[in-house]
Amino acid sequence: MLKTLLSQYPAPDTASAPLYHELLTATGEIRPHWAPLIKQLAHTSHNQMRQQLEFLDRRIQENGVTYNVYADPTGSDRPWSLDPLPFILPADEWAKVEQAVAQRAKVINATLADLYGPQKLLSEGLIPPALVYGQHGFLWPCRGITPPGGHFLHIYAADLARSPDGRWWVIADRTQAPSGAGYALENRLAISRLFPELFRDQGVQHVAYFFRAIQESLAAWAPIEGDEQPHIVLLTPGPYNETYFEHAYLSRYLGFPLVEGQDLTVRGDTVYLKTLTGLKRVHVILRRQNDDYCDPLELRGDSALGVPGLVQAIRAKRVLVSNALGSGVMGSGALMGFLPGISQHLLGEDLLMPSVATWWCGEKPALDYALSHVDELVIKGAFPGQGFETVFGCNLDAESRKDIMQRMQARPHAYLAQEMVAPSQAPIWSRGQNNPHDAHRVLARSVGLRVYAVATPNGYLVMPGGLARVAGKSNEAFISMQRGGMSKDTWVLAEGAVDLSTLLKPSLTVKDLVYSGSNLTSRVVESLFWLGRYSERFDNTARFLRICLHRLNGGGNDPATELPLLLTLGDALEVLIPVEKVHEKEKNKEKALAKTSSLHTAPPPVEQRIQNRLLKSLYDPEFSGSLAADIRRAVWSATQVKERLSTDHWHSINSLQRPLQGLQKTGLTTRDAQTFLDQVMAVSSSLNGFTMDNMTRDDGWRFLVVGRRIERLVFLGSVLVHYLTLAAKQGQTSLEWLLELSDSIITYRSRYSRRPELLSTLALLVFDPDNPHSLVFQSQVIQRYLTRLGRVLVDMPTDGLRIAEEKLLTLELARFEARDGKISPKAYDDLAASLAELVQACQTLSNQLAMRYFTHVSDIGRQTLGT
Amino acid sequence: MEIAMNYANKPSARYHVIHETHYDYGGMVSLSHQMLHLSPRACPWQQVHAQNCQVSPSPDWQRDSLDGFGNPVHWIGFETPHDQLWIKAEMDIEVFAHAPTFPLANSIAWDALQKRLCYQGKAPLPEDLEAKQFLFESTFVRIKHDFCDFGADCFTPGRPVLEAAQLLMGKIFNEFTFDPEATTVSTPVLEVLEKKRGVCQDFAHLMLACLRSQGIPARYMSGYLLTEPPPGQKRLIGADASHAWVAIYAPNEEGRENWVEFDPTNNLLPDTQHTTLSWGRDFNDVSPLRGIILGGSAHEPEVAVTVMPHDEWHPTPQSMRQAKLSSTKENNIHG
Repeated sequence: MLKTLLSQYPAPDTASAPLYHELLTATGEIRPHWAPLIKQLAHTSHNQMRQQLEFLDRRIQENGVTYNVYADPTGSDRPWSLDPLPFILPADEWAKVEQAVAQRAKVINATLADLYGPQKLLSEGLIPPALVYGQHGFLWPCRGITPPGGHFLHIYAADLARSPDGRWWVIADRTQAPSGAGYALENRLAISRLFPELFRDQGVQHVAYFFRAIQESLAAWAPIEGDEQPHIVLLTPGPYNETYFEHAYLSRYLGFPLVEGQDLTVRGDTVYLKTLTGLKRVHVILRRQNDDYCDPLELRGDSALGVPGLVQAIRAKRVLVSNALGSGVMGSGALMGFLPGISQHLLGEDLLMPSVATWWCGEKPALDYALSHVDELVIKGAFPGQGFETVFGCNLDAESRKDIMQRMQARPHAYLAQEMVAPSQAPIWSRGQNNPHDAHRVLARSVGLRVYAVATPNGYLVMPGGLARVAGKSNEAFISMQRGGMSKDTWVLAEGAVDLSTLLKPSLTVKDLVYSGSNLTSRVVESLFWLGRYSERFDNTARFLRICLHRLNGGGNDPATELPLLLTLGDALEVLIPVEKVHEKEKNKEKALAKTSSLHTAPPPVEQRIQNRLLKSLYDPEFSGSLAADIRRAVWSATQVKERLSTDHWHSINSLQRPLQGLQKTGLTTRDAQTFLDQVMAVSSSLNGFTMDNMTRDDGWRFLVVGRRIERLVFLGSVLVHYLTLAAKQGQTSLEWLLELSDSIITYRSRYSRRPELLSTLALLVFDPDNPHSLVFQSQVIQRYLTRLGRVLVDMPTDGLRIAEEKLLTLELARFEARDGKISPKAYDDLAASLAELVQACQTLSNQLAMRYFTHVSDIGRQTLGT
Repeated sequence: MEIAMNYANKPSARYHVIHETHYDYGGMVSLSHQMLHLSPRACPWQQVHAQNCQVSPSPDWQRDSLDGFGNPVHWIGFETPHDQLWIKAEMDIEVFAHAPTFPLANSIAWDALQKRLCYQGKAPLPEDLEAKQFLFESTFVRIKHDFCDFGADCFTPGRPVLEAAQLLMGKIFNEFTFDPEATTVSTPVLEVLEKKRGVCQDFAHLMLACLRSQGIPARYMSGYLLTEPPPGQKRLIGADASHAWVAIYAPNEEGRENWVEFDPTNNLLPDTQHTTLSWGRDFNDVSPLRGIILGGSAHEPEVAVTVMPHDEWHPTPQSMRQAKLSSTKENNIHG
C-alpha cells in the first residue's frame, strides 16, 4: 500500500539544485512527524477516502466557502479549494518560526510608529525616503496620529517559504489588512474532522486562542468612556471583494457586526453605526478595506466606499482602526532589505528570520546587480498599487527583457529585484483529475505558509498554524490561489498539553443573553425587507407561469377559457413579456433565417407563439418582470445579508442561480421550464421554512416577514382586482387557476369539497382570517408585526392599511347574491374598488417604511471641490 | 506671525483678499463634511495682519489643525439639512519681496542636485530630506517619459537648476494657451500636455511633472495673485480666481532661501504680487475646499476671489456675494 501511495512521490526535480522535501529526508526516509498521517493513508481504502473527500467537498459547498476571482468566467464565486492532507510542522521547528514572526511584527510596528511620527529612520538614513514619500501607501493625512494603545499593526501576516537548505525565509510582509486567517480557521474545522483520531493523537495545537486574543486586544484598546461596552465592527468593502466569505465568517466567529462604509457615519469626532433604532457609537473598526479607501474626505476622493470624516475621528482618538490607516506602506518588498538595520537600530536585535534576498534598485550597486542578473531574478514594483505586474526574469523574451531593463534604468527607485525562491515540496492528495494514473496517490507540490500574529498588551502572539498554500502543478514555484493553487490546513504539533479552547461555543455572558438585536444596521434591515419582497415575488411569478404552461398543454378543467384570461391577466400584472417585444425578436430571427435559407417558413402556430412568450417571460434577463430578474434580485438581496442566513438557507437561494444560467445558454423546452418552475416552488417553500423555523425573530426578521406579506397582498389583491373588472362579469369560468395561484386549493377543498364557485372562492381568498393566503390575513400580520416593531420604532405608519381593511370588511358577501342566483355587477365594482384601495394602502405603507428607515442608506456621498 | 529678519527691510505690498465660495446644492443636503485650506500658512516673507472666515449656515462642528505639510486646515461639518453653503475667507496680508536677486545661473546644476538626492545609505541633510517629500508622484503629478521628453532641451548636462527651471517655465508659457474651457479640476496632467491648454493649476501640475520626472523636488503653491484692471477701468470685485504656481528646491550654501518660486502661467518669478495660502505636492493636498456631501444634486460652486491693494479697501461696502446673502445668518469660525 505504502509503495503505491508514494509511487509518484516526489516527481523528479527539474530545478538545478535539489529541493527541500517536507515529507522526506535527503535519504528518502519519511520524516517522523509525517509518519502517522502516511501510515493512516496507507490503511485507508479507496472507498473510505472517496467518502471522506465527498464529505470535505460537501462541507465546503454547504458552508459557502468561496474565493471570488475577479473576472472569472465561471462565475464570481469559486469554491475554495482545500487539500485533505494537512501541512505538518514539529514543535521545535515551529518555536523558531513563532519567535521570528513575533519579532518581525514588533519591528514593523515600531517602524510604522516612527514613519508616522518623528521619522528618525529617515533622518538617520536607515530607510530611503523614496520608499516612504514615493509610496501611495504612505498616507500624509495620517502623519502625527498615534493610535489608542500606541499600536499601528494589530494583525500581521508573513508569507514564508523554505529554501533547499531547510531554512525558512520571509517572502512578503502583509501589513495592510491581512487576509486568510478565517480560511485557515475553516480549513482547520474541516480537516480536523476528516482525521479526528490523528488530530487528537498527534497533539495538534488549537488556533482558537489567536482569535480570542484579537477580541481581547481590540476591546482592551478601545477608546471607551465611563462604563461603555466596547463596540467593535468589521468593515468590509462588500460582497464583491475576493475574500468576502472570510469577512462574513470572521464577523460571525468573532461576534463583530459586519458593516460596509455607508453603514457608518462620523458626526463631529465620533463614529456611529446607523442602526434601525438610531446611531450607535463605534469604538473599534477592524478593517478589511484598504486604508486609502477609508475616508473620501481626506484620502482618495474618487471612491464612495469609505466613511467621510474617519481620519478626523482617528486623529481625535475617538476610534481605534485596526490596522492603523497607513500601515500598508510596510507591504513594499523594497523595505525588506532595510529591516535588519531597522531591527538593530530600534530593538538592538538581529532579525531571527531572513527575508528573501532583495535588491532595491534605488541604490546604484543594487541596480547594477539587478540589471546584470535579470534572468535569475523576479522584478517587482517598489510601490505596491502603482500598477506594475511582477515579472519573472526567466520567462522574458529578448524584447520584453530590454524593455524592463530600460524602465529600471529610467526610474530605478520604483523597482526591486528578488531572488527566485525554490520553495520546499509538500505532499498533496491526488484525485487523479489531471492524470488518472495519479489517483489515490500522494504527489509533491511547492508549498508556502502564511503565518499570522496579533498584537496583545503582552506582545505579539502568533497563531499556531496558518494558511498553507500549494502550487497548482508540479515543479511550479509560483503559488497563487487565483491561478489554481490549493490551500492546506497547517498542523503545529504541541510539545506539552494542547489548549483546547474554542470560540465556536463561547460561554454566554449576561450581556449576550439580553442581546436584543439593536445592532441591526439600516442596510441589513433594508436588504431583509427586499429579500422578503423579492422571494415572494419570484414565487408568485413562477406559480403564474406554471399555471399558464399547464393550461397551454391542455391541463386543468377548462383550458380553453382559462388560458386567454390568464394571458390578459399576465399583461395587466406585467409578469408576461409584452407581445410586441416577442414579435420584434421573432421577426428579427425570421429575417436572419430568411437570409440563410431559401425555404419559405410558415409563421409558427398560435400555441407556439404563446409558448415562446411564456418561456421568454421566464428567462429573458432583459425583461425586468421576468422570473429570472426576480430571482436575480432576491439573490442580490440575500447576498447583502449573507452573514445573517444559515448556510442551508443561503445555499437554497443560491441553488437557483446555476440552473438559470444553464437555461439562458441553451434553448429552453417546455419540459425544462416545468422542471425549473417546480424547483423554484420547492426552493421557495423551503425558504419559507428557513424563515419561520431557523431565523432569530428579531426586528430584522420582522421586516423580512413584513416584506413578504406586503408582496403577497399586493400580488393577490391586484390579481383579484383585474379579475373582477376584466372577466368575472362575463360569467363563470373555472376558478381552479385562481386557487392554484393563491396556493389555496387544499384549504378550499377541505372547506367546501366541491367545484370552486366564485362566492366561496372570494370568501376564502379575501376575507378568511385563517387562510394564510387571504388578503385579510396578510393585512393583519403586517399590522401585528409593525405594531411589535413600534415598541422600538416610533410612528409605524399602519393607519392607512387598517382603515382600508376595515372598509373592506364592511362589505357583506351576502349582498353579492342577486335574485337570479347570479352576482350583482354593482357588488363586483364595490369589491374591486375596495380591494384596489387595500392594495394602494399597502404600497403606500411600503414606500413609507422605505423612506423612514432605509433611504439614508442608499444615498452615496459625493465629492465637492472648490478652487 | 512675525516676519523673518532678513525680509523686514525689503519692499512689500499689503493686500486685502476676499475668497468667497457659494454652493447651491439644488436639493437638501443631510450630511456634509468640509475640509478648508483657506488660511495662509506661516511663511518668512509674509505677515498676516488680520484674517477671518465666515460660514453660513452655522456648522454643527468644527476643528482646526495643521495638515501633514504644515498648512492650517479647518474641518467643518453639518448634519442639519441645508441646501446652500456659503464660505467667505478674508485676509489682510503683507508680502515682502523674495524673488531671487542673484543671477539664476548661480545655482546648483540640476544633474548634480539629482545625484545628491539619491539615497546614499547614510543620514541625508535635513533640508534634502524635507525636499524629498516633493520629489515623487502624487495624485495629479505623474512621473513619465513624456514629461522628460518635453523638458529635455531645458535640462542639458550641467545647467544650473534655476536656469533650467526658467527655461522650462518659458517653454510652457509660450507653447500653452490659457483656456478655462479646456480643462476641469480633475483633468489628468498627461491630457494637459497633449492639449497644450489649461489654467494655472494645469500649468503648475505640468511644470511639477517635468521637474519631478527629472529628479528635481518641486512644490505646488496655492494662493492669490494681484491682477490689475484694464487701464481706465475700475477693479471688479470677485473677478479673480485663486492661483497656483510652483516652488523649486535649489539648495545653496549662501544662506538664501532654498526654495525659489516660478509662475508658469505668467512666466515670472513671484515677488510681491503672489500671496501664499498653502503648499503641498499638488492641488489634491491643498485644494481650498474639499468636501463630501450626502444629498443634493450635482452642482459646481460659484467661486469669487478679490485681491486688492490694502489701501483700496474700505470695510463698509459689502462684497457682491455677501450682499446677495445678507439675510443669511453668518458665523465666524476663525476670528
